[in-house]
Amino acid sequence: MIAKYNAKISGTGMYVPDKILNNFDMEKIVDTSDEWIRTRTGMSERRISSKDQAVSDLAYEASLKALQSAHLKPKDIDMIIVGTITSDHAFPSTACILQKKLGLKNFPAFDISAGCTGWIYAANIAKQYIENGIAKNILVVGVETLTKITNYTDRNTCVLFGDGAGATIISRAETKDISKIIDTEISADGTHYDLLIQQAGGSRMPASKESVEKNLHTVYMEGNKIFKLAVRSMFNACEVVLKRNKLDVQSIDWLITHQANMRIIQSLGKKLKIDEKKVIVNIEKYANTSAATVPMALDEAIKSGKIRHGDLVLMASFGAGLTSGSLLIRL
Amino acid sequence: MDVEAKVKEIIVEELGVEESEVTNEANFIEDLGADSLDTVELIMKFEEEFDIDIADDEAEKLTTVGKAIDYLKTKIS
Repeated sequence: MIAKYNAKISGTGMYVPDKILNNFDMEKIVDTSDEWIRTRTGMSERRISSKDQAVSDLAYEASLKALQSAHLKPKDIDMIIVGTITSDHAFPSTACILQKKLGLKNFPAFDISAGCTGWIYAANIAKQYIENGIAKNILVVGVETLTKITNYTDRNTCVLFGDGAGATIISRAETKDISKIIDTEISADGTHYDLLIQQAGGSRMPASKESVEKNLHTVYMEGNKIFKLAVRSMFNACEVVLKRNKLDVQSIDWLITHQANMRIIQSLGKKLKIDEKKVIVNIEKYANTSAATVPMALDEAIKSGKIRHGDLVLMASFGAGLTSGSLLIRL
Repeated sequence: MDVEAKVKEIIVEELGVEESEVTNEANFIEDLGADSLDTVELIMKFEEEFDIDIADDEAEKLTTVGKAIDYLKTKIS
């Protein structure tokens, strides 16, 4: 397809709940230690949504900030795509609820289930709709309340997750605009679908007294097996877009990867041979917020003045599926 | 290729230990201070350096330097 237009990220915003659980709080919940968590994961604290806060509430707050930074009004939005696996309800989609919250209607709104790669998948799709001219300003959100499906008796996983939302506006770029989504790649390897899974609550295992008692509505993860697949799949996703655009890693100004584990980020950085100073990390503050990590880190790095207009930014993620993907932009 | 020397070189580099510590009896976790993620990274490095695939259930058995060397020798030959 020859693109009629270029797509660009025209605004970003994020929101995290106020409540913080730090590693010392985690020590009181499960048999773990601050030292163990920090050396294995790089995490110090995570945000926890309140009882009455659902995913669309977080998404709404982040969306308002993204609209503000893009200098747009809600009525300028003509499509909503939300990457999440912790939607308000099993159906309808969070995107539809968010549409209502923003006072909007009569345009496409849908969710993408790609685990932690949700925002990159959603951005990949948004890029096509901008380039073919169907949409002009798409609200693309990565949002998650993983702590609502976390098993707080499993010391291996419960320390890893936090809640948050990262919203972006993907817009049609002007011809003279240097800002642009240059390229993106998404993929999946379904042979590993069962390594990271919420087993109950779907048609394979509908909710029952037993499924609740056995904690099967929470995140099940085989972390050590995923580590290897995570590093390799993100590496491949990065390599593909770098090669396709004849870029070497030195020309990248910033790398933002999914914030699942500091050790994965370091391992990927080493494999890509990228300068450590170019790698954006905020895992210590928010832990793994799934689909929200990349857009949250992007927003934070822009607002803090680290990433500037014109910078070349490579983003990569992996998640349940196992899905993976990358997004290369000039901001 | 001298598999033994290459394996030891990788271990020294990946785990940041002294060459003298990397004896065949040395256990990655108990003697060389590796944690579970270090061992995953070590296996990944072996796979890349020797261009082979090491299945997870096989990787779990490679607990010492000697076991890794023996395994890699048979796998490569």
